[in-house]
Amino acid sequence: MLYIKCPWCGWRDESEFGYGGEAHIKRPEDPDALSDAEWADYLFMRTNPRGSHRERWVHTAGCRRWFNAIRDTQTYEFKAFYKMGEEPPGGEQ
Amino acid sequence: MKKKYSIFSLARNAIGHHENWWRAWRSPEPKKKYDVVIIGGGGHGLSTAYYLAKEHGMRNIAVLEKAWIGGGNTGRNTTIIRSNYLWTASAGIYELGLKLWEDITHEVNFNMMLSQRGVLNLGHNLQDMRTIERRVNANRLNGVDGVVLNAQQVKEKVPIINISETNTRFPVLGASFQPRGGIARHDALAWGMARACDEYGIDVIQQCEVTGIRRENGRVVGVETTRGYIETGKIGAVTSGNSGVIASMADLRLPIESHPLQALVSEPIKPVIDTVVMSGAVHVYISQSDKGELVIGAGIDKYNGYGHKGSLHVIEEQLAALVELYPIVSRLRLLRHWAGCVDTCPDASPLVTKTPVQGLYFNCGWGTGGWKSTLGSGWCFAHTIANDEPHPLNEAYSLKRFETGAVIDEHGAAGVAH
Repeated sequence: MLYIKCPWCGWRDESEFGYGGEAHIKRPEDPDALSDAEWADYLFMRTNPRGSHRERWVHTAGCRRWFNAIRDTQTYEFKAFYKMGEEPPGGEQ
Repeated sequence: MKKKYSIFSLARNAIGHHENWWRAWRSPEPKKKYDVVIIGGGGHGLSTAYYLAKEHGMRNIAVLEKAWIGGGNTGRNTTIIRSNYLWTASAGIYELGLKLWEDITHEVNFNMMLSQRGVLNLGHNLQDMRTIERRVNANRLNGVDGVVLNAQQVKEKVPIINISETNTRFPVLGASFQPRGGIARHDALAWGMARACDEYGIDVIQQCEVTGIRRENGRVVGVETTRGYIETGKIGAVTSGNSGVIASMADLRLPIESHPLQALVSEPIKPVIDTVVMSGAVHVYISQSDKGELVIGAGIDKYNGYGHKGSLHVIEEQLAALVELYPIVSRLRLLRHWAGCVDTCPDASPLVTKTPVQGLYFNCGWGTGGWKSTLGSGWCFAHTIANDEPHPLNEAYSLKRFETGAVIDEHGAAGVAH
């Protein structure tokens, strides 16, 4: 089981959390202007890296708040936890 | 012509204490150039190469495997075969797969130990049962066998199941039953298809990892590997969990996320279950291997992961469901536990498709349920590569469906969480 640090509640077991997949996928600013291919990219396409991954978690069985994390998808080791709206540590990837 | 496996070769080799068996396939050095390079020596990749040779007369083909044959998801799945999916597109490709399974042992002279012992998908509430009725009806209209069973009929097929309606949180109300479903031996498929490919002169190259895809003017010209550069005009990527990694080598993005999927077996016991039982609602499925082990699996771990390991509470949840359904297993010990890395698509259906890069084809996104369709997927993918056009059976499984919205939602029939 992963051990996850909620930015509000601290370290808790993975079973308290929900997973939200890739983070920092920006909602289209002008939805009417998007082509079908751009919609597909926004809705479905994912980076799915083997290595460092920026992802969303939600503390379902705790404060129920969403936050972001950086985790290695090969070793599962968390590199950072940060609140929604904050810049990812280490800057843009 | 390769030497055939038969009762006579078995007897001959028994006399020699099984020390003189011939090699099943060569270990060739990679050539400089191939007409087609298949990335990934799993069941789907080997089948693709096999059908390129058998159906399309191609011979100059390499299958590149980064590790060893049978070491990936092909050797890690829970071996269930069925074709009872809901939609017509699915009926086409999964039923083709099942039909090919029925002949492959004789075709390639390798015992796949296909055992058509039937597959049950349980229903635990009224809505489950309505969905099951709908799916079975859809199956029958598409020429796929299936019947709906009530709880008593389930109990007759599976005497160890608990169908009590009291003191159970998820009572068994009935099931769908596909008699032609069952299990087959996963290692046999890996080894048998590698041998069959080799017989056609296809180079099955192990310990050869692809590290880059070289392109010129929007079309592929070759692959960089850990054993040197290989020139080719056509690349079929069949790398399941690692599809995203291969796609990024060609600057492509796929609608795929890679997840750990765990499975386990119990200690061997006497025969207690002679069919396959799956439950999407309580998230566990079970069959019994010829050795007597109960083979148990369930859904993926929720997070993205390439690590071939998952979290223990996922196992705990599926075992809790298992004990409720089959109380006699409560004191069994577990023998082995492992995980694979599966490529899940948002609609729980695969991609067998051309890509925007000329000469680059992808067969991926089979998620938790690729094993059953190994041969059907290879057959369709071979057609797609050979003709640069999909076969009508896999036309719907294109990348385009995420743009048009014509997705093939099989979350229900996929059985467990994707």
